[in-house]
Amino acid sequence: MRERQLRARDMLRGDLEGEDLERYVEERVVMTSFEKMLGWARSNSIFPLTFGLACCAIEAPISIVTARYDLARFGAEALRASPRQADLIILSGRVSIKMAPVVRRLYDQMLEPKWAISMGACSSSGGMFANYAVVQGADKFMPIDVHIPGCPPRPEAVLYGFNKLQRKIEGNPDQGWRARYGAEGTEEWARGGPRSEPSAASSEAYELARELIRA
Amino acid sequence: MPDAPGLELIRGEIEAAYPGAVVDSGFAQERAVLSIDPAHLLDVLRWLRGRPGHEYKFLSSLHAADYLPAEPRFAVHYELLNRDRVERIRVKALLADPGEGALPELDSCVELFPTAEFQEREAFDFFGIVFRGHPDLTRILLPEDYVGWPQRRDFPVGGEPVTFTYNERNYG
Repeated sequence: MRERQLRARDMLRGDLEGEDLERYVEERVVMTSFEKMLGWARSNSIFPLTFGLACCAIEAPISIVTARYDLARFGAEALRASPRQADLIILSGRVSIKMAPVVRRLYDQMLEPKWAISMGACSSSGGMFANYAVVQGADKFMPIDVHIPGCPPRPEAVLYGFNKLQRKIEGNPDQGWRARYGAEGTEEWARGGPRSEPSAASSEAYELARELIRA
Repeated sequence: MPDAPGLELIRGEIEAAYPGAVVDSGFAQERAVLSIDPAHLLDVLRWLRGRPGHEYKFLSSLHAADYLPAEPRFAVHYELLNRDRVERIRVKALLADPGEGALPELDSCVELFPTAEFQEREAFDFFGIVFRGHPDLTRILLPEDYVGWPQRRDFPVGGEPVTFTYNERNYG
């Protein structure tokens, strides 16, 4: 260790040359693709949405913020109170038919790239609530990336599911959920709904920026 | 809670004032119960609420029930409480099912007990019991566009069947 530090000092002085310098650089530089690096960075700085549905919402903070389990180890300790700033929604609890449109709206308000974890039996399958009031699985109305079983899941299970999600993010640089789930063509405008057109002011600004870049 | 003779005295007094109002009286789940004709509901509640010596002034709960094979089918329960003597009495308004499409109707007691407003909405929400004279009888817990009365016994349970190996082995 001490020897390495001395050699680092040598290199800063410019004393390290030739083969020594080659070896020094080889030891310290990692080559990778930009997508991989981006995926690595993304997977280690996930901002979950502060959001809870039912009893798993008591359990989720235990898995996320308590000192014993501490999702901060994986870079997801910053809970955001607005879906505009979040990129992970954890469905913690049963989704009632009255809540489903609200959950879907929150998911739609999140910016791409975004992910969703369904935590517990209820949001994954309806759980024990096989009745008129509860949606039988949250993936009926929104895409879910990771389902965590349990009633409630152990914090270890939540962490494992979260690590699975991280691996998914690293290995799957195609980030939009429509691309991930082959759902192109299901956009509202593609099904005949309203299409958002850019305003005149914003297209003028866009053209101006293009001209400035060309100049 | 009034004891058995006390309950019979109450029943006798109400019947003297409103003939035919009380259908039955007795004890169920350790609670004095007066089963009444819904036509006299407000009379009986007003009598129990205002009569000196009784004065059940607090409606601690209002809920509906569906006894499907039985006739009359529905009942709306009023749990009344006298907070001075800590005495409770249950008034049970028996409601017949009016048949296809029509909803059973009953007088609203919001004027007597303002706390009944939300509870009557809940009974309407889940059992489709219409309270005449309620200020705003809309769904309270289910979505506004929900179709059906899900707590009725003939309402399908819903959900999806899940094949557990236990169920397959024992019932499959």
